[in-house]
Amino acid sequence: MADITFRVNGSEKKVGVSPETPLLWVLRDTLELTGTKFGCGMGLCGACTVHVEGSPVRSCSTPVSQVAGKSVTTIEGLGASGLHVLQQAWIAEEVPQCGYCQPGQIMSAAALLAKTPNPTDDQITQAMNGNLCRCGTYERIRKAIHRAAGGGGPA
Amino acid sequence: MSPLSRREFVAAGVAAGAGLVIGFYLPHKGSHPESFSPNAYLRITPDNKVTIVVARSEMGQGVRTALPMILAEELEADWKQIEIEQAGASTLFGDQTTGGSASIRTTWDPMRKAGAAAREMLLSAAALTWGVPRSSCAAENGQIKHAGSGRSLSYGDLVSKAATLPVPTDVPLKQSKDYKIVGQRLARVDSPAKVKGEAVFGIDFRLPGMKFAVLSRCPTIGGKVASFDDKESKKVSGVSYVGKIGDSAVAVVADSVWSAMEGRRVLNVTWDDGPNKDLNTSAIMADMKAALTKSDKTLIGSLYSAGDPAKISGRRISAVYELPFMAHAPMEPGNCTANHQGTQCELWAPTQVPQDCRDSVAQAVGLDPDQVKVNVTLMGGGFGRRLEHDYAVEAALVSKAISAPVKVIWAREDDMRFSTYRPASLHQLTATLDSAGFPAALTHRIVAPSISGQKGQPTPNNVDPDLPDEAGPVYGIPNYTIDGLITKTPVPLGWMRSVYALQAAFALESFIDELAVAAGKDPVQYRLHVLAKDQDLPFFTTTWKTARMRGVLQLAAEKAGWDKPLPAGRYRGVACFGCFASYMAEVVEISLEGDRKENAQPRVHRVVAAVDCGQVVNPGILEQQIQGGIVYGLANALRAKITIEKGRVVQGNFDDYAPLRMDETPAVEVYAVPSQEAPTGIGEPSIPPLAPALCSAIYAATKKRIRALPIVS
Repeated sequence: MADITFRVNGSEKKVGVSPETPLLWVLRDTLELTGTKFGCGMGLCGACTVHVEGSPVRSCSTPVSQVAGKSVTTIEGLGASGLHVLQQAWIAEEVPQCGYCQPGQIMSAAALLAKTPNPTDDQITQAMNGNLCRCGTYERIRKAIHRAAGGGGPA
Repeated sequence: MSPLSRREFVAAGVAAGAGLVIGFYLPHKGSHPESFSPNAYLRITPDNKVTIVVARSEMGQGVRTALPMILAEELEADWKQIEIEQAGASTLFGDQTTGGSASIRTTWDPMRKAGAAAREMLLSAAALTWGVPRSSCAAENGQIKHAGSGRSLSYGDLVSKAATLPVPTDVPLKQSKDYKIVGQRLARVDSPAKVKGEAVFGIDFRLPGMKFAVLSRCPTIGGKVASFDDKESKKVSGVSYVGKIGDSAVAVVADSVWSAMEGRRVLNVTWDDGPNKDLNTSAIMADMKAALTKSDKTLIGSLYSAGDPAKISGRRISAVYELPFMAHAPMEPGNCTANHQGTQCELWAPTQVPQDCRDSVAQAVGLDPDQVKVNVTLMGGGFGRRLEHDYAVEAALVSKAISAPVKVIWAREDDMRFSTYRPASLHQLTATLDSAGFPAALTHRIVAPSISGQKGQPTPNNVDPDLPDEAGPVYGIPNYTIDGLITKTPVPLGWMRSVYALQAAFALESFIDELAVAAGKDPVQYRLHVLAKDQDLPFFTTTWKTARMRGVLQLAAEKAGWDKPLPAGRYRGVACFGCFASYMAEVVEISLEGDRKENAQPRVHRVVAAVDCGQVVNPGILEQQIQGGIVYGLANALRAKITIEKGRVVQGNFDDYAPLRMDETPAVEVYAVPSQEAPTGIGEPSIPPLAPALCSAIYAATKKRIRALPIVS
């Protein structure tokens, strides 16, 4: 057990857990931020995607010790005030079906847009290919990312 | 304890179309004395809130939006004033099983009548309040208006008066031409919470003081715990309990999921592998092959019989098709929260079968069903996996063992290896062709283990009770038999999205493509010729109409530009099928990647889907279901295969059981035939045509016929 301090959605958090505990379970069980989802435990599905210092990481495969002193953003902290432009686009394009994977999808998309404000179809595929959706919402995700980027349609 | 089998439930629901579900008109005032609640589906309060109760489970298919739309339409409600309430296991709604693409088709009449009855009572209440003739009042947009005076009252204003009136039993229903809500592309009510991460799935639900548990289950099918040593597990920080649950599992309980998983990782269990330690998939398939040619009539179940194929002479063509076991693999792994306290047990379950969970848990922990309360949470996908209740029973048993609230969570590997699997199947198709190359006779023998039979439900006359929804005739071939032979397997079986329709359609529609090729005819024109005559084909409770099948096939072909040549390097295939009372046709367009001759992999670029599912309730949700079904069906066709070696499931995670990703997803176009017929199923019918259409496209490209799934093995 160790005390590990990091920032989550702008607030400093100190948690007493074993340092190898995956960030996912610290977020979900210790900090009760359950928007970040468990899907595979091996970084294969992307449901657990959060941002660490702005970059997308799979929190199921990231020991909490690796984020000590760093800044983590989860789906709960994505829209600073109100809905993030991607969340608005997700609603407009009616993306979610079951919705379980969508927080991870949106976090991957947000990291993409932060670096690439107007992504091409290929760039979207590359950024999003690690996020699984069993409901098959991929084409709507693509449209929503284009919509959020302001492109209005596929590039 | 299951009140009705899945099949009986669907049949009962459809048969009840003109009637009422159980308890429908019971006044339902108990917990809300100030409200107007003429039935269990609806509650209107003086503050003008209209609450509609959804008695099916939301797993992504949109029931929390679509079912209330049906009631709101007849109620003449203002959609913006509607609040949605999820029903738990109840005695007020009949069978609450969510499956068989049945939610809309079985609640269409009850929800409409519930709304209409309330509307009529509100009209009467307003007429009495104003002392005017009832005929001078009209319901519109959440208000009753009086034509003569221009006065209006909101539904909330009329609650106390309406609640005193008798509930009418025979109410007029609206005509489809007057619909304002049904048929509209209304936004789903659940999207905002889902994109914000606020939606509470089963895995997210929390109780104060709740523990977390994972179970170590015997990896060999049918095996048991011989003994276990928990010394190392108990050294893991946070682990509070290790104990046997049932015969075949050991639970590790901790104060976090991770601690429980760590405790399980170092748990030392000795397994008694039991009778299946030498079981493997190739032996199962060999047994099934032997059944293909059995002629013992006491084993064969007749599904469909027209004419006598044996008496028809001509050119004969035969083929055998083979499909593997598959796993549902919903994104949210299995889980359930239970709080067992003395003589009460409460569950928070992501489940398609709240009533089965209630009854099974009651039996497992030794309570009466009315001492078990089941709350239904959102589900991160279902696809049929949550038609089981194993997760609920485990949670209740662990909670009872530790006398505390607990959430049992399955890891992905648990979900993959301890699932209930889509049955493997074999299909023998034989056709006798007329002089023009069209089938004068067709026989289809389906060899598969029975899901319902394995669960102890009856299979009368050797007919699997699921097949009537899933293996009907598409074509009015004059001499046509479909029969089934049920094999046995210890592999746990479950209903997976589209159930046996995937297998039946893959075999039939691949074979029809083979016949078209043999006849040297275009596969769309070939099918249209066989479907040319308007025929009603009765099949159990459904009557399949060749005219409607022809309609979707023509629509898909037209929208796909079937008559126009494809660009170089593009190929296409077509298939049509009917299941869950809906008609579906798909055109799949592909190219090949890699070495064209031997190792080429198909890349699907475009799927054009046409559906006839009667009245469309919400076209946006319909498109979601068809797009999603095609992605799911494509993953099934390309790669989905569960194999058993030494009695154990080999696959474990998304690396060796790989769903479709964005880079493989085609553009999907969806077209619905306009219809005022009663609505039919939409969650599953898009899946079956995909694999045969894809394999026919691959044949067009390679002249290589794929008769066994998955395509990539």
